[in-house]
Amino acid sequence: MTQFLSLLLNGISLGAIYALIALGFVIIFKASEVVSFTHGSLLLLGAYSIARLSEPLGFFFGAIVGIAITALAALIIERLIINRLRGAPVISLAIVTIGVDIILLTELIRRIGSDILNVPHPWGGGSVRIGDIGISQNRLIATIVAGVLIALFFVAFKYSSWGVSMRASAEDGETAALMGIRLGRVSALAWVVAGALAGVAALFLVGSPTPGVSPTVYTVALRAFPAAILGGLDSTGGALVGGLLIGVSESLASGYQDQLLFLGRGFGDVVPYIVMIAVLLVRPSGLFGTKELTRV
Amino acid sequence: MSEATATPRGSTRIGAPAGGRSAAPRRSFLRPLILVVLLVVLLALPIYVEEFWLRTGFAVFGAIVGAIGLNLLVGTTGQLSLAHAFFLACGAVTYVFVSGDSGGIGLADLSGLGLPPLVGMIAGVLVAGLAGLLFSPIAARLRGIYLGVASLGLVFIGQHVLNSWTSVTGGFNGRSAPEFSLFGFTFGNRDPELFVVGVPFREAERLWYLGLVLAFLAYLFARNLLRSRPGRALQTLRDSEVAASVMGVNVQRYKARVFLVSSMYAGLSGVMYALSIGSIAPESFGLELSILFLAMIVLGGLGSVGGAAAGAVFVSALPLVFQRYADVVPFVGGAGEGGLAPGEAARYFFGLAIILVVMFEPAGLAGFAGRFRRKGRDPGGGRPTSSSSAATDSSTTSVPSDRPAQGSTS
Repeated sequence: MTQFLSLLLNGISLGAIYALIALGFVIIFKASEVVSFTHGSLLLLGAYSIARLSEPLGFFFGAIVGIAITALAALIIERLIINRLRGAPVISLAIVTIGVDIILLTELIRRIGSDILNVPHPWGGGSVRIGDIGISQNRLIATIVAGVLIALFFVAFKYSSWGVSMRASAEDGETAALMGIRLGRVSALAWVVAGALAGVAALFLVGSPTPGVSPTVYTVALRAFPAAILGGLDSTGGALVGGLLIGVSESLASGYQDQLLFLGRGFGDVVPYIVMIAVLLVRPSGLFGTKELTRV
Repeated sequence: MSEATATPRGSTRIGAPAGGRSAAPRRSFLRPLILVVLLVVLLALPIYVEEFWLRTGFAVFGAIVGAIGLNLLVGTTGQLSLAHAFFLACGAVTYVFVSGDSGGIGLADLSGLGLPPLVGMIAGVLVAGLAGLLFSPIAARLRGIYLGVASLGLVFIGQHVLNSWTSVTGGFNGRSAPEFSLFGFTFGNRDPELFVVGVPFREAERLWYLGLVLAFLAYLFARNLLRSRPGRALQTLRDSEVAASVMGVNVQRYKARVFLVSSMYAGLSGVMYALSIGSIAPESFGLELSILFLAMIVLGGLGSVGGAAAGAVFVSALPLVFQRYADVVPFVGGAGEGGLAPGEAARYFFGLAIILVVMFEPAGLAGFAGRFRRKGRDPGGGRPTSSSSAATDSSTTSVPSDRPAQGSTS
């Protein structure tokens, strides 16, 4: 039971990080109809810049500047490429982001080389015990920060003028534009927010229990895709639920690895995808996604 | 807006009666001629060029087969799939398992059926097709981008299986692929020794011809498929599923079938990959491979069979060429010499090329070719011809009337 609770807690904390990434994914999709395959390398960019900058600038400034760099990169991608392709088919847009991803990832992997960069989190690698349940401090802080950020996001999404215009343009871009909402600006801001969220996620992803910045961070980020998809690509609440679901199931599968040994070692890494495919079989648009209506 | 990749079709789209008139006779003569000349050159090549190019050539032929298959799925039918590497792995593993011998290498205890390689190749194609068919119920329910991400999952699940099912796949270290042979004629260095006009025909030369034949058959099959009734149905499916079903196309069934065909292509490509490398390992079939295949068909021009082949040549040969001429190509140097490693340079190039192609020439290499042909024939360039890439060319405003409105095409 203790093991179960501990795995559950760790799963939730991991899920919170996934939710941050998935949320960015969903915002981008809502605002610009783009499924951003660049998100993995954006995350790696965040992790890399935080690790590199926290040495000369100190941890806090390094983290802030690193997150800002990630957001800026997202903005540049949006302005230079996505904005010029407004109205192109969804698949073309996805393919373009794959192109961007190839370039960014190659560059980052080349820079990282074989080093393992460490981010000097001031909270270190220690862990906290609540009763019998242990969780790393890094993950605990991650959960709190992610919770606050997600709550802030939902409030902003509901009440701020940016949130309103974003929901309007997601609902019906043309009408929103006629009402004076500047779609380009909404989309740019969405990319900035998504980039910043990825940067924050990166900050925590490279702390304990994960060892430092290495290209594997990229594959971790890819597991946020299932989170976004199974929640429903156009549902912000879905991203949250999806992230938690993926995080918990991954953590449980890794924790009970010994009992699941017949499925092979490292099964936990695949669980997110299996959960995703299972959910999609039952609900093709994800748990909370809008069903596509077909009118003739 | 339709979910289709609104890339114009190359010459495979008939039914553009408006423009076909003036150009038809000359073109129908020119194209087969080019094809024949190309074939003759390819057939004669092993006599003249060295082994490196022949080996590269076989790898390229394998890539061509895979790219044509993926293009049927993504380009023609508009189903974004990132799972191609998975189906390639299915084919490669089946071939190695069926034709390989049992036995232990180091710690691993490998099992194999030891059947003739031809059986292994056919089994590889069939198993890959079966995998595609099994995935197709999921695929048929998912639309557009959901499919893209779900298929991403398949690659990772495949990686996991490759790494853990050691007795079949060889596990993390992989296992070696048996030599191909056809009714006693081996595609190896010996047995029988063979000389053609004084040139020894060894493994590289023999595989070259095998690859050429397979790639050519794959090309013909895809081209004919696209010109037949099912091919038309698939294109309608891409442009609008609703319209397709109204026209009597059974959407689910066609999606399942195109998945079947595409993954069979991938299976064959996987077998050829195993033959060309001589072994298989899990890391060869990662997401990167899927993305490379996507790069091939995007650069070649979505929906065009010839374009897919051209894209495959380009994408799979470029890193090898960079590697070979590392000291000549600017910016590229050996690893650790300050320059870019050849593989990296090639990846930068692909990434950039993908972006530029989607932004400026959605029809890819096939579109360029079409534009070139049109210019040669009609200096004014004002009249759209049956090569419907005119439709994206914003300078030629008169769009053939049979094209459905597709939103913006660029």
